[in-house]
Amino acid sequence: MLYIFCPHCGSRSQNEFAYGGDATVKRPDLNNEISDQEWNNFVYLRKSPRGKHLELWHHISGCRQWIKVERDTSTHEIFKTYKADELIE
Amino acid sequence: MSQDFRLDKIGMVNRNKKISFTFNGKKYFGYEGDTIASALIANGVHLVGRSFKYHRPRGFFGVGVDEPYAILQLERNNERDPNIRATEQEIFEGLEVKSVNCWPSVNFDIGAINNFLKMFFPAGFYYKTFMWPPSFWYKIYEPFIRMAAGFGEASTKHDKERYEHKYEYCDLLITGSGPSGLASAYAAAKNGARVILAEDKPRYGGSLLTSDVNIGNQTGTEWSEKIITELKSMSNVIVKNRSQVFGYYDHNMLVMSERISDHLPKTQKYLPKQRLWYIRAKEVLISSGSIERPLVFGNNDTPGVMLSSAAKEYMKVYGVLVGKKPLIFTNNDSGYETAIEFKKNGVNPLILDTRKEPSSDIISEAKNLGIEIKFSHVVVAAKGYKKVKSADIAKISDNKKELSNIENIECDCICVSGFWTPSIHLASQSGNKSEFNEKIDAFIPKKSKQNENTIGSANGKFTLEETINEAFDKGYEVSNKITENNNKVSIPTVVEKKSSEHDKFWCVPLPKGKSYKRFLDFQNDVAVTDIELALREGFRSIEHVKRYTTLGMATDQGKTSNLNGLQLVSDIENKVVPQVGHTTFRPPYTPVTIGAIVGREVGKHSKPTRKSPMHEWHKKNNAVFVDAGVWLRPRYYKQGNETLFEASKREAKNVRKNVGVCDVTTLGKIDVKGPDAAEFLNRVYTNAWLKLPVGKARYGVMLREDGIVMDDGTTTRISENHYHMTTTTAQAANVLSHLEYYLQLVWPELNVNVVSTTEQWAGAAIAGPNSRALLMKLFPNTDVSNEGLPFMGYKEADLFSIPAKIYRISFSGELAYEVNVESDYGNFMWEKIIEVGKEFQIQPYGTEALSTLRIEMGHVAGSELDGRTIPHDASLEGLVSKKKDFIGKRSLSRSAFTKPDREKIVGVVPLDKTTSIPEGSYIVKDPKAKLPNPKLGHVSASCWSVEYDNPFSLAIIKDGKNMIGQKLFAMSPLQNKTIPVEIVSSHYVDPEGKRVRA
Repeated sequence: MLYIFCPHCGSRSQNEFAYGGDATVKRPDLNNEISDQEWNNFVYLRKSPRGKHLELWHHISGCRQWIKVERDTSTHEIFKTYKADELIE
Repeated sequence: MSQDFRLDKIGMVNRNKKISFTFNGKKYFGYEGDTIASALIANGVHLVGRSFKYHRPRGFFGVGVDEPYAILQLERNNERDPNIRATEQEIFEGLEVKSVNCWPSVNFDIGAINNFLKMFFPAGFYYKTFMWPPSFWYKIYEPFIRMAAGFGEASTKHDKERYEHKYEYCDLLITGSGPSGLASAYAAAKNGARVILAEDKPRYGGSLLTSDVNIGNQTGTEWSEKIITELKSMSNVIVKNRSQVFGYYDHNMLVMSERISDHLPKTQKYLPKQRLWYIRAKEVLISSGSIERPLVFGNNDTPGVMLSSAAKEYMKVYGVLVGKKPLIFTNNDSGYETAIEFKKNGVNPLILDTRKEPSSDIISEAKNLGIEIKFSHVVVAAKGYKKVKSADIAKISDNKKELSNIENIECDCICVSGFWTPSIHLASQSGNKSEFNEKIDAFIPKKSKQNENTIGSANGKFTLEETINEAFDKGYEVSNKITENNNKVSIPTVVEKKSSEHDKFWCVPLPKGKSYKRFLDFQNDVAVTDIELALREGFRSIEHVKRYTTLGMATDQGKTSNLNGLQLVSDIENKVVPQVGHTTFRPPYTPVTIGAIVGREVGKHSKPTRKSPMHEWHKKNNAVFVDAGVWLRPRYYKQGNETLFEASKREAKNVRKNVGVCDVTTLGKIDVKGPDAAEFLNRVYTNAWLKLPVGKARYGVMLREDGIVMDDGTTTRISENHYHMTTTTAQAANVLSHLEYYLQLVWPELNVNVVSTTEQWAGAAIAGPNSRALLMKLFPNTDVSNEGLPFMGYKEADLFSIPAKIYRISFSGELAYEVNVESDYGNFMWEKIIEVGKEFQIQPYGTEALSTLRIEMGHVAGSELDGRTIPHDASLEGLVSKKKDFIGKRSLSRSAFTKPDREKIVGVVPLDKTTSIPEGSYIVKDPKAKLPNPKLGHVSASCWSVEYDNPFSLAIIKDGKNMIGQKLFAMSPLQNKTIPVEIVSSHYVDPEGKRVRA
């Protein structure tokens, strides 16, 4: 079981969190005309990298904040966690 | 009954407490502190089971977790417990155990015929034999193999025992209380670290219990007792015996199973049988010790052949002799310790040492005691069937290839020592890649992967001095990283006998003309010939060899067999062991009771049960409950001998005719607050929200980004910046997460806050033509007329001086209101409604009537919004705004969603007006068409229309809007029914919606 550092609550076990997928996906702006292809990419297509991955976790049994977690998908090493609005270089 | 093999003056069992138990129906006794193994050996019993494949007699091989043979079935407290290791299970008064894998008895076992049919059971036999003719497989081969497979029988009854889970956090977890575990725990605890020390056996001390050493000015045993006593008294230390750390998982999470009541006749009151600990440790010291390796020779599985360390432990810990004419067969000095112990207890052993001219303190001591030693000698084969009677021994040449002077000598046990294998399982599970150490012919952990270090003999340190020094250092070093107390304790001096090097010898060659079975894996009957066969057949990877031959599989996971197997593979392949590598160690290290893994999460406890504040009233009034998500909801209120069908019809009819009341507390409720709340709702829902006035409710549909309907419900504007959102019972949690996602990540600029208020409000839906009259009596001071409180209106009012909220919304299609009060007043509200409603013929109605009412109205619910439908399919396209953007809108213009013959919801009525249509039926044009019959759609929900008194269903079918009026067929292949039907509008009752606005 992973041990995830929530920037709001501190380190908590994985069973307090829900996984939320790729954190780098950006929703197209409202009222913008975009092609089927672009929309399709946003809704369905995700990379599944082996190695570093920036992903969303929802601290569902804790502070209910969505956080961003930089995790290695093959070793589970967690490098850093961020608040939802934190700037990531 | 006398115990012929019990020693009087030695051992740690409690001689003052005799305990009787039965084995295979026969009564024996032992002492408190005995295991089944030690008590049986004391009684001279060595035959305890039959082997897996050949049904060869099985005795005891080890003394702890490594035991491959003595797997028994236990009966305790009317429960059956299979897969019990006799070497670990302590006896208690009334214990009943029996042998497994033998029939009719362990002494006379029919299955032993397999031993003479060996040619049918070569390695991988299940891939080769029993294949032809194919028709034999199901009727003959498979049932036979199934009957033969496995150890013991699992109970089919519900396990009444209680198992618990515990979460614990510590600075340092130490696995094993041998010399390294004790020393490191002491050093770390004195340095202020929060320590957990886990020991799988009942007694602490590990090898110190049986070795002849001194630490400081004390014997090893005295020292370990002193350290344990002090550790137990420290508040920063948890010391646990009978506790096996069996798994090392991610981020330094380890799992330990604590056997609390297994050694007692009955689980004590308020205590569980076992407790599973999830331990998150900042650092881990693995001090799990090492397991003695067997030597491989002919018939080395005969009862009476056992590890020399086990023989020593049976003497020193349990005061039990494993034999009176022992033969010690060793390639290192460990066998000498056992021999000396025998000698001290008045038994004359014979030592066969594979080495030519070794010399060390302990060998000299053995010589001085007058123990007979034969150097350059080996056991060629054990003789005897159910117990060792003698052994063929021989001189072995210096190159270890030639045998000479074969002679037979009498003996009743053969104690073998092929040196030691470090238990690297936990380190390996943590991701630590091991390395082969030539000096000890075994793998030891390499570079730490997680925050783990391995110490003592688990790390290949086989002298006590090395072990103690390393453990004190590591205990201090690791704890100081955390506590920074710099409090170092002094390391005691150690006195032990120096030993000499072991012989790199592990397998005795076969003498000419003999074909003894030489076993590598004792639990799975894997012999040297099986490995040779597998390699001849082309298996190369050790992982493949393992799976093909079953070497190192089964419940002991090859604790005694792995290394000898690797040695053999590398010998045949002309490689060295590190090139062959070892198979992956996976948790659990030892078998874990399934009940312990499940813990308290069984039956009703597997998920929370949520009840509305009116639950007790429902119960008192004969409600029959149904699981709705995690909620318990009344399905119907039973009157007399009513069936579900009759009761739901009565309740639904009463709503259409008079008035009914339904508990709707379970509906999800979310408070949406903030200056941008309207804008947020406008983006979340498909319809327009910016102009909803205060005091008005609106029905809304929300989509996922892929255009599929996520949920529906009404949201009411309570005040300028405050909205009260309702969701379906099932989707409440998902909708909240969904809203939080958009507010926190996508549109953080919106100033809105959402919070779940589901449990703050108790809700009652009052529906039916009499509902307004009832409301006027409930709220005499509030104007609830059609003008005062119009359809989709909202008002706050006093319910007998309790603050209440009235929403004029309807799911049943009748004139209806939902009244909410704070949860604590829920029951009060409900009783008042029932009491005042009497004169209006009020009846409570459950979810079944609720479904009937909504289905015949054509209102969609979960069975239509099933994760595959877009608004159009559910006839909700009128709620989809063309003017504004919202979540999922762009998806709706994708080609599949705009096809002209897109599915749509319709009503379905059987032509005979009597046959109910099973939910899930297919709608087809031609019931006799060739299979697969092209389906138009499926029936999503069915009811008995109380309005028209005939069956009515909803279905989602292709090109639904143009199908109305058509005669089609509903087919249920599951129920083998084909029903001619007519397609009608989904709004079967009151299509203009006059009643809700009345």
